Amino acid sequence: MIVDTQFVQFDSLSLDCGETLAPVDVAFETWGELNAERSNAILILHAFSGDAHAAGINREGKPGWWDNMIGPGKAFDTTRYFVICSNVLGGCRGTTGPSSMNPATGRPYGRQFPVITISDMVRLQKKLVDHLGIRRLLSVAGGSMGGMQALEWAVAYPDAVASVIPIAATARHSAQQIAFNEVGRQAIMADPDWNDGDYYDKKPPARGLAVARMIGHITYMSDESMREKFGRRLRGKDQFGFDFSVDFEVESYLRYRGSQFVERFDANSYLYITKAMDYFDITNGYGSLAAAMERAKARFLVISFTSDWLYPSYQSLEIVNALRSRNRDVAFCELPSNYGHDAFLVEVGEQTEIVRGFLANTFAKVQKDEVPA
Amino acid sequence: MKSPREPARRAFVHAILGRSDYAIIGELVEPGSRVLDLGCGEGELLQWLSANKQVDGRGIEIVPTKVQRAIARGVSVYQGDIDQGLADYPDGAFDYVILSQTLQETHRPLKVLREILRVGSHAIVAFPNFGHWRVRLSHLFTGRAPKTKLFPHDWYDSPNIHFLTVLDFELLCAREGWVMERRIFLAGTRKIQCLPNLFAETAVFLIRK
Repeated sequence: MIVDTQFVQFDSLSLDCGETLAPVDVAFETWGELNAERSNAILILHAFSGDAHAAGINREGKPGWWDNMIGPGKAFDTTRYFVICSNVLGGCRGTTGPSSMNPATGRPYGRQFPVITISDMVRLQKKLVDHLGIRRLLSVAGGSMGGMQALEWAVAYPDAVASVIPIAATARHSAQQIAFNEVGRQAIMADPDWNDGDYYDKKPPARGLAVARMIGHITYMSDESMREKFGRRLRGKDQFGFDFSVDFEVESYLRYRGSQFVERFDANSYLYITKAMDYFDITNGYGSLAAAMERAKARFLVISFTSDWLYPSYQSLEIVNALRSRNRDVAFCELPSNYGHDAFLVEVGEQTEIVRGFLANTFAKVQKDEVPA
Repeated sequence: MKSPREPARRAFVHAILGRSDYAIIGELVEPGSRVLDLGCGEGELLQWLSANKQVDGRGIEIVPTKVQRAIARGVSVYQGDIDQGLADYPDGAFDYVILSQTLQETHRPLKVLREILRVGSHAIVAFPNFGHWRVRLSHLFTGRAPKTKLFPHDWYDSPNIHFLTVLDFELLCAREGWVMERRIFLAGTRKIQCLPNLFAETAVFLIRK
């Protein structure tokens, strides 16, 4: 079945930085049917470079980024649940971002776009959920940056979520995570084509963006998965070129991923969204992680992966232990995987089993009114 | 107060759970209470308690595949170690903390028991009785580390690292000043009364501070 992206426009959105965006467009997709009680809705939150197209096949014939997890009979079973996914604020796939038209100038925002945060993204998602007539979501779920948004939902709108599934996520970006993002941003800003963000009618900073993406891909894999996938294999040759052309498979892969990314992603969105991730610290305004988590009323399922060194298990455990210290309902498991941070997109089998059981149990509790509203 | 269906239900519980102390634990837990099951395995007991006693249950289990199956069952389980895993819970977080057939596997049993009685108002502790006559005879006649139905492992691959008897546990309760609210002794699935330190295969204690 072909799935179409839908759009809705909101008059304005006030932001953490003090500015107001007006108007704001949101691109979203939905799968399955909302039940009469409106109690079976699940909001899927995409990671850094994702978009609203999480499942099904779009008109270009492209499957969604989490199509192996969302669909009939899958972990997020669309025969039982109404599943929603929207492109984040600051993105470049239909929701308002730096490449959108600035109504004040009639030109793309570029660097005029205000600096945004994860909580701004979630505030916009809340508008979408309200617009769809859903008072309380059965679940909010996402990996990586999607998991950060899920945590923000639980703390910012405790009455609007019955359960939360943060996968391979963190309650706050660490120095290492900020460092990798900064190198990506510097690669873009060092590209003369970036032109202080004003490039929409010119040549985009493709080289800088590609390098940023190459760095990203290294952090998404693990030493082991790279060894398995590439080893020291040479690319289309049996001896070194001695000329700085592509020698190794891994070089070829990274260059390919980099150049592919440039086709579908906006360099300014890269800057704004990574900055939002770096600013993210759920303890802001609460004093401690436990105090922040105390606000949450939802049930939690927290998942991490053994080989994920970008969002290591200890960060998930910090969340889990803060929840336990406030006696919140939380299930936690660290799944074995060699795929590094990418595991949340790849390790479908085990995630399916636990997500399905967790959702079914939560749904039963919601029907019986056992999850505090 | 026992319903006429009690024995049948117990047999059923035993049949599905396969561990004789589960049915007994079901008897000890007040309906609607908050329960933490340490070393909860695949969450069978918590699932049963939640369905039949409407408890609000949590579990701790260290084996990842068991944790996954427990979560798939809908039980809220935390993947972690009992020896350290209790520290994050606040005082009095639970009405009952269950330690079923696990005490003898913990590194520091006394620390674990003290932690249990910090986070829970009551502890339900079930353990295999090392004082059982078969264990004693096995040791006496073979001159080797005892191997019985209850302790089937060779010394070098046994998960059991602390061996205790009914008497040992009661002396510890007395020393720590813990109140023994109920004591249930089992041989197989049968409850026994007489000379438990000699005849009980499994002992179940309900204690509080």
